[in-house]
Amino acid sequence: MKIALSVKNVSKYFGDFKAVDNVSFDVEDGKFFSILGPSGSGKTTLLRMIAGFYEPSSGKIEIRGEDMAGVEPNKRPVNLVFQNLALFPMMNVFENIAFGLKRRGERGKIVKDKVEAMLERVGLPGFGNRKIGQLSGGQKQRVAIARALVLEPSVLLLDEPLGALDAKLREHMKVELKKLQLKVGTTFVYITHDQSEAMVMSDYVAVMHAGRFEQLDTPQNLYNRPASSFVAQFVGNNNKFTVKVIKDERGNFYAATDYGLKLKLEGKFDIEQDNTYEMYIRPESIIINPHDDLDKLNIIEVDVKAILFDGGNSRILVVPKGTDNEIVVMLPQNRKYDYLRPSDALKIGWYPSVSVCFKGIGERAYEEIK
Amino acid sequence: MKRSSKLKVRWGFIIFFTPVFLWLMLLIVLPHIELLRMSFIGTDFYGKSGFTLENYGGFFKEPIYWRTFARTAIYSILVTFIVLVIALPVAFYITKLAKPKAQGFFTVLLLIPFWVSELIRIYGWIILLRESGVINFVLLKLHLIKQPYEMLYHDATMIMGLVYTSMLFMVVPIMGVMESLDNALIEAAYDLGAKKLAIWRKIIIPYCTPGIMSGSIIVFMLVLGSYLTPKLMGGKNALWFTEQIYNQIIIYFNWNQGAAFGFLLLLMSSIIIFIALKLTKQEFTKVIK
Ligand SMILES: Nc1ncnc2c1ncn2[C@@H]1O[C@H](COP(=O)(O)OP(=O)(O)O)[C@@H](O)[C@H]1O
Ligand SMILES: [Mg+2]
Repeated sequence: MKIALSVKNVSKYFGDFKAVDNVSFDVEDGKFFSILGPSGSGKTTLLRMIAGFYEPSSGKIEIRGEDMAGVEPNKRPVNLVFQNLALFPMMNVFENIAFGLKRRGERGKIVKDKVEAMLERVGLPGFGNRKIGQLSGGQKQRVAIARALVLEPSVLLLDEPLGALDAKLREHMKVELKKLQLKVGTTFVYITHDQSEAMVMSDYVAVMHAGRFEQLDTPQNLYNRPASSFVAQFVGNNNKFTVKVIKDERGNFYAATDYGLKLKLEGKFDIEQDNTYEMYIRPESIIINPHDDLDKLNIIEVDVKAILFDGGNSRILVVPKGTDNEIVVMLPQNRKYDYLRPSDALKIGWYPSVSVCFKGIGERAYEEIK
Repeated sequence: MKRSSKLKVRWGFIIFFTPVFLWLMLLIVLPHIELLRMSFIGTDFYGKSGFTLENYGGFFKEPIYWRTFARTAIYSILVTFIVLVIALPVAFYITKLAKPKAQGFFTVLLLIPFWVSELIRIYGWIILLRESGVINFVLLKLHLIKQPYEMLYHDATMIMGLVYTSMLFMVVPIMGVMESLDNALIEAAYDLGAKKLAIWRKIIIPYCTPGIMSGSIIVFMLVLGSYLTPKLMGGKNALWFTEQIYNQIIIYFNWNQGAAFGFLLLLMSSIIIFIALKLTKQEFTKVIK
């Protein structure tokens, strides 16, 4: 596969502040690549370096094998869909999309045909004469993407393009965008702070935090095998336990909580100097009322604190008996536990293989995961 | 109850509207009706006054009049255009490139010339440019010229003076619109392959057209109606049309001729502004906002 975009050891300083810290990645031709990170993690800065609006402080950016150092944004074979779209309000839809083609010196019927084909592609046939102010949020979105795609860029850069849409439309546009990318086959580099957007659309996702890439992987691997505490918290929902890892005389490892639970672990752990770890368990990995004979399971007794009803996404909030350390547990879809009420007693369990542990106390991705 | 509240509303309207109405009638409409009436009155050979078109006829018969008229119109348009060409990058620099602190400084710089009267402002230029002025003095001392050169009283000097005097009135309205121009639009154009000139032509100028038009109208009217600058800095034998009006009224005591000239000037400025608005597809009410 050919490499469309290659970023090599790129850093960017604003004064003393390091907004992007030694980032490297390659994107293969035709792939959907996402950069996922909380706001302020340096995503926009990285994208603007690829588009040519900032020069990297160090490192190298290559597009289709060509070094982009010193190449102006209007000469780069990439186009950017801006965070606020930046459609030209004094032009209609047709003129907006034709803008780039005309700058290349294309004229007349060729421009007309290309713009109309593009409008067809993004599902807005016959919208050429509309004013920008007359479009809905989703339609503006598509015009912004059409305006960039019509130039057939080597890489299309998108800066949180769905950020301004309401939740329902965002769900819809996620799928639309993925379908559009498959149809046109253009390489997409997409940045977002919404993990679900990144997971649904991407072939590969890089999780960015404080200017660095924490993990670059497929959405499945990010979810199932997070490489850091930050990724475990940021991608999907997770229950976090701060534990001390101990080893018994037979060489098995256990996680001990400060409120007296002893939980089986799988694998080997380094407990020489510091045995403080963070352990994560996904809400859907937890089994409610498991059979007692399943002795490989970690089983703990809990009280139900609250029922978090959300249709097919319903969960319960439980606390181990006698503590107030909350654990979120996914309810099965079959409504088997509809009878549960707050303060009911319950057993929960999970296989040691589903928990993941990271050494030390990591930063919190959110205030606290509820 | 209902009647009284209705009455109150009317009172409010009357209190608000009376000063506006009085101002409009007494200071705008009335003088113009009087001027219009006067412009059609002439005194015949025997000193009897009556209706005549002679005042307007005289304008077209006497080349000096309509030449001055045309010259004033063309130079006013030229000055407006030069002011615009300078004001656009200046406004762009102040609103988009300068740091917030520097922005205030530059705005004050633009305002400073207007803290002194027009006369003093022109006198400043005269001190610089006259035969025994500062520039000639320096050039002579540096042995760059042998003879002092009279830089005043050329059309070019006058145009420069007019440009200087009216710059603020173009920069401020353009800055007003430019401030609301989203930088991302400029970047988007740049990203889509536009060069600097195309960004100006296709993005900045179209976006700023309302500001450009209101600035242009103010500058054009200001220049058209200016008197001191053309008189003190302009060429000796090339008059500005306001001087013609002044001469008719003050020197020849010919109020009727002066009134006719005044009306012709008003008519011309109205027509030129109307054409300019039509050409740029702007509406007057939008532009003056
Ligand atoms: N032009 C700039 N000058 C100084 N600091 C900047 C500039 N642009 C961004 N930053 C800083 O760099 C960090 C990353 O910003 P950004 O790339 O916009 O993050 P993201 O897009 O992930 O929210 C932020 O802390 C921001 O304040
Ligand atoms: Mg951003």
